[in-house]
Amino acid sequence: MPELRYIRAINQALADALEADPSVILLGEDVSAAGGAFGATRGLRDRFGAERVIDTPISEAALAGAAVGAALSGLKPVLEIMFMDFTTLVMDALVNQAAKARFMFGGQRSVPLVVRTPHGGGLSAGPQHSQCLEAWFAHVPGLKVVCPADPASAYGLLRAAIADPDPVIVVENKALYATKAEVPEVLEPVPIGHAAVIRPGRDLTLVSYGGAVHTCMAAAGILANEGIEAEVVDLRSLQPWDEATVMNSLSRTHRLIVVHEAVEAFGIGAEIAARMADIGFDELDAPILRVGAPFMPVPFSKALERKYLPSADAVVQAARKVLA
Amino acid sequence: MTSSHRAALGENQMLKLYADMLLIRRVEERLGRLFADGEVPGFIHLSIGQEAVPVGVMSALTADDTIASTHRGHGHAIAKGMPLDGFFAELLGCEQGLCRGRGGSMHVADLSIGMLGANGIVGAGLSIALGSALAHQRLRRNAIAVAFFGDGALGEGLLHECLNLASLWRLPLLFVCENNGWSEFSPSAGQITFRLADLVPAYGIPYVASDGNDVVAVSTKAADIVAHVRREGPAVLECFTTRMRGHYEGDAQKYRDPAELEALAARDPIRIAKEYLRRLDVGEERLQDLLTDIDCRIEAAVAAARAGSAPDFETAKADTYTPVDLH
Repeated sequence: MPELRYIRAINQALADALEADPSVILLGEDVSAAGGAFGATRGLRDRFGAERVIDTPISEAALAGAAVGAALSGLKPVLEIMFMDFTTLVMDALVNQAAKARFMFGGQRSVPLVVRTPHGGGLSAGPQHSQCLEAWFAHVPGLKVVCPADPASAYGLLRAAIADPDPVIVVENKALYATKAEVPEVLEPVPIGHAAVIRPGRDLTLVSYGGAVHTCMAAAGILANEGIEAEVVDLRSLQPWDEATVMNSLSRTHRLIVVHEAVEAFGIGAEIAARMADIGFDELDAPILRVGAPFMPVPFSKALERKYLPSADAVVQAARKVLA
Repeated sequence: MTSSHRAALGENQMLKLYADMLLIRRVEERLGRLFADGEVPGFIHLSIGQEAVPVGVMSALTADDTIASTHRGHGHAIAKGMPLDGFFAELLGCEQGLCRGRGGSMHVADLSIGMLGANGIVGAGLSIALGSALAHQRLRRNAIAVAFFGDGALGEGLLHECLNLASLWRLPLLFVCENNGWSEFSPSAGQITFRLADLVPAYGIPYVASDGNDVVAVSTKAADIVAHVRREGPAVLECFTTRMRGHYEGDAQKYRDPAELEALAARDPIRIAKEYLRRLDVGEERLQDLLTDIDCRIEAAVAAARAGSAPDFETAKADTYTPVDLH
């Protein structure tokens, strides 16, 4: 199997979508001539022209609103918001307009737009360039949210998002951009709403998404040395999320830990834990635990950020606790 | 100016403009009564006194053109051609409404006629129209988009972003400011330090002002500026108009000087339009027939809406987004 970088998988998904559907356009700050702040759109202007790969001024609010208007008028805009922290500036367009239009207009039309945006720390980017804010969007009825952990699903989820009739937020962990992994010869769309069991195990279930999936895999490796077999579920989609796959795993392992890089309080983990405590109560042999970031802004200093980010050790400790 | 307008508009054209305005006026007066009687849930913002703007602007548009509206959007919807049955059924919250009773007054939309929705967020329609104009341009349609907004939106930062983007990309986008002097419950004069006329030239796009209560002035200017937008790119039309009712229906307007409200009668756009018809020797009888016809249509739509059914909760819930096949 060939190897592919995460960022190249995104680039290829965008290229294939532009190729497949003339109504797809890319919009964003520096996405065209410069090829994107992280290089996700490199080379696309040369292939598809500046008419479809559009450089924009630093006007996030208007661009997100314009994406809604364009989507209601026959285009499929893919908007890059350079850092997820900047999505604070597009909230009206996404929350009040994009998320509501299909419902609010009685199903007359959906709003086929995609917002791609990187989240996550580890780069000493500081409090305003590192946040994981996906729970905000997953909380809004009308938006779909995906967060790929590897190149194949980065390709597949982005293709599915662009093909989807509704607004989809594609969250990419920027620490993964440079990572490589084997991918199938032919890349395919990955359906929204489906999780993947990426490591089978009988003793406990680690549910995660995005960059934290790799933290879980590292933790599972450490636990395996102690004879503990952790099952790792990569959610891939956060809204909607694959309740059935998580429930299925829980009913075999009877222990559940949800792991994410986002702040633990009021997060995706809280939702999954609450739901599983409800429908999976009879299966549980231990309380459901969460491993997430502490309730504080993402710090700048390497010394601070290292302690801030959820680690494999923290997951291992949580595993020992549920198995105790 | 008025003499050239009279020369430009014949009897049939003038009657059409008058009829379209009168339809909006009578619809909103009827809504006001329905609201007072408790038949319209929520709250409604009437555009009584502003009818010349949507009718004048829409007289210059084609069916392919798109518009984004505001919370005071009934006039825009009806002037763009929204069917009365679907409109009243929506405002009464029925399944038969254009939005199946999920949007109501503040979100009424009819995408089949290019009406991209009233909007509950001040200024939000600006960027939606901008995106619609981008789609027209990139898909090589001959259509334009129109963003209606009020002077209250002059305080929104989004306006600057949209003016800049429209100018930068030479989009087929007409900005129409309905300047009624009020930002909800406060005079805009106490909130906005600049005149749109002074701001717009900074973006390098044309600005045209109009008496927003004279439908002949609005339609004449709209015809010129829409032709410019279709040919060359964005422009701004500011229509100075009058909000004859409160911010919302039921607003006691204690913040308003009674003398100001009284003086509005002289600027009533329906009255001004009627003046033009009188000068064209259109008889009172024809106007009476027109009114009777409009009222009949309205009553038929109200009756149909009253006979409408309540929307089904599960069906509505299932429309939150396109269902995802989970297995």
